[in-house]
Amino acid sequence: MTRLTRLTLTTFLSAGLAAGAVAQETHPETGEALAADQTFTYRILDNISSIDPQIVEDTDGSDVVRDLFEGLLNQDENGELVPGVATDWELSDDKMTYTFHLRDNAKWSNGDPVTAGDFVYAWRRAADPATASPYQWFISLMKLENGDAVVAGDMAPEELGVEAIDDTTLEVRLTTPLPYFPQMVVHSTTFPSPQSVIEEHGSAWTSPENFVGNGAYVLTQMNPGESIVREKSETYWDAENVILDKSVALIINDENVALTRYRAGEIDMTDIPAGQFPRLRDEYGEEAHSFPKLCNYYYSFNLSESGPEAFKDPNVRKALALAVDRDIIVNNVMAGGQPPAYVFTPEATAGFDAPATEMAGMTQAERDAKAKELLAEAGYGEDNPLSFNMVYNTSEAHQKVAVVLSQMWKQKLGVQAQLSNMEWKVFLEERGNQNFELARGAWCGDYNEASTFLDLLQSDSGYNDGKYSNPEYDQLLAEALTADDTAPLYTKAEEILAEDMPVIPLYHYAGVYMIDDSLKNFPVNNIQFNWYSKDLYKAAE
Amino acid sequence: MLIYILRRLLVAIPTIALLVIAAFCMMHLAPGGPFTSERPLPPDVLANIEARYGLDQPLWKQLWDYFANIVLHFDFGPSFVYKDRDVNDIIATGFPISLTYGSLAFLAATLVGVALGIAAAIRHNTWVDYFAVSLGIAAQALPNFIMGPILILTFTLWLGWLPGGGWNGGQWQYLIMPVIALSTSYMGSIARITRSSMLEVMNANFIRTARAKGLPQRSIIWRHAMKPTLLPVISYLGPVFVYVLTGSVFVDLYFSTGGLGQAYVNSALTRDYAVLLGVTILYGALTVIVNLLTDLAYAWFDPKIRY
Repeated sequence: MTRLTRLTLTTFLSAGLAAGAVAQETHPETGEALAADQTFTYRILDNISSIDPQIVEDTDGSDVVRDLFEGLLNQDENGELVPGVATDWELSDDKMTYTFHLRDNAKWSNGDPVTAGDFVYAWRRAADPATASPYQWFISLMKLENGDAVVAGDMAPEELGVEAIDDTTLEVRLTTPLPYFPQMVVHSTTFPSPQSVIEEHGSAWTSPENFVGNGAYVLTQMNPGESIVREKSETYWDAENVILDKSVALIINDENVALTRYRAGEIDMTDIPAGQFPRLRDEYGEEAHSFPKLCNYYYSFNLSESGPEAFKDPNVRKALALAVDRDIIVNNVMAGGQPPAYVFTPEATAGFDAPATEMAGMTQAERDAKAKELLAEAGYGEDNPLSFNMVYNTSEAHQKVAVVLSQMWKQKLGVQAQLSNMEWKVFLEERGNQNFELARGAWCGDYNEASTFLDLLQSDSGYNDGKYSNPEYDQLLAEALTADDTAPLYTKAEEILAEDMPVIPLYHYAGVYMIDDSLKNFPVNNIQFNWYSKDLYKAAE
Repeated sequence: MLIYILRRLLVAIPTIALLVIAAFCMMHLAPGGPFTSERPLPPDVLANIEARYGLDQPLWKQLWDYFANIVLHFDFGPSFVYKDRDVNDIIATGFPISLTYGSLAFLAATLVGVALGIAAAIRHNTWVDYFAVSLGIAAQALPNFIMGPILILTFTLWLGWLPGGGWNGGQWQYLIMPVIALSTSYMGSIARITRSSMLEVMNANFIRTARAKGLPQRSIIWRHAMKPTLLPVISYLGPVFVYVLTGSVFVDLYFSTGGLGQAYVNSALTRDYAVLLGVTILYGALTVIVNLLTDLAYAWFDPKIRY
């Protein structure tokens, strides 16, 4: 064998071995073979509001921010808290002071260490009126000491109840015990931000060339109207356990186009348009997913002075709620595995036991009979038919639901409901000013706890557009703020709602998605849908 | 001529200013604002945000500051919705994209449309004519929101030849479908107008004279019939150029090109006042300039017109 041949042979052999090694790369825990291309591509509806953790306000934006920054705590695939920058925390005896211990190996993408001071800077920044963050109210919600005064501009941001004891110890002082406080530091508003970079570049610090983050990924491309690309950060403290190299959000406005591009293999995950789930389930089997989401869908009665006289009678409200066949709405209209709702709070919410309401226990025939009875009792019937106007924001799915509702009421109770739809901002304005009779409403929980929903119907809640007010209900929620065991209080609150029926709960949302088989570990059991690219990976086909 | 152009440009300034004032008033008349949201912001928070964007000032002051910033700093203000970006930035990224595929669509529509129209007219009542007319009608009957889905289904899903959307810096694979979707219906109209105009011109007396003189057909068509044929086409092309740039909303939404059309519509829906005004000014200026160019092109094509 000549020297040259030997050399060529060795080169080929080693190249072959190297190629073999790449092909055989496996998941460290499950041992599955991994795909060579670890890129996750998914669809979002629109441009995101910002990638500044203290400014971002939309869900799609928060998903991106959760990859680019890491807060004190993260959630695992079931929504349970796991360490983030903080490894653990202590709660004082009066339950109002939290002390977080931070890991000493967390780094920014420019190599600087992540310190407790970065959190203090970020939290003050969120509260500072000069930042003009739309999520400034989150600081009030966190009940931080002096939070309200700083937000109102009556105190300097330095007075906020958060302090760096040393580089790895963060002390947080609250004004009242808040059992779900640790859940709140999973929210992007509480993520650290890089003071030196923000001071150097001002509002341009979020562009890819200036960007510095402490998350598992860094921002590499931001193409408005087209895509957002983030790539694995080598400075992330746990980078060796991050498998996915790249996460790409494609902005595709039309959900049917997105579905076509999913079929063409261009994207790994996209929303299923309303009503198409059963068909796609037949065609794709396990790739079509439906899982409960922390959101509800309802109609609220206008109970304020400007509302119709008829709705002041609880019997009328109950009759309308009873006559709705929710199974038809979830199975025939939405058809995406949404659970029917007989209570306001989604039943999947942590620490919430839905009461066994009378309505939930009846058959639809019994409900219809009871509805007729109640409406007659209230004085409405053939000679005095009930009629009202119902509004929803313009959307095909909302229209279908509204048409079905009005048909059910017409056929079963002889009620005349006129439908009208409004463009989103007009709708919010009209509903917020009580210029409606019956209006669509929906809410997605800010954190996984029943109060995020029940608070909406408190007398002084800014979102209580129907102006429902019941002192007993308000009292229960006030008690729940400091109670050790909140579940019975929330159950009682729902019982009051079932009796007063200020809103008609229709269904609870489901996340209905096509997810490619090769994408693993997507947290379908995390009801808040908080996902982290660092936990995902792609298996070889 | 120069004086005419200068006069037209001078008139454009008050025209655009009026346009801005009208847009500004209509925008503020629409219910809701940029910070109306499902969870109404607490009054303190709302006040902070409004102060940041100057929305706490009286309307006349806001309008005045807006004009002052444009004239003094050429600054069209920040976006109220996309907090990381300002209007100059949004236009600077979106407009070149719209301009690229818009111009290509315009060129394609004009070249193919005129060619089809002329072919149909000179082979009047033959299979060429019938074919061109049917093609023109079919193209006209397929507006971009029908063409979009057809193209994506065909080229992305069935054939797998082209990516279903995106821009990627304007690589050719990403350009084909947006250009076709945007150009077909205009192409149909241009073909129809060219054909009927050509037929009319070919029956005119001066063409009969040229024929009688014994000029070859080619020379008659290119030297004598072409210019008058194109006059009505040109008056149609001016607005079409503006339409392909401004009316490209659908293409932006459907093919995720990242053009300005999407930003424009979104700004109206989200009440992003500064973006809405900025793009309105841009589109207004564009319309004024294109109208001027159309009028100048007339003079070149028709010796009877003098300014």
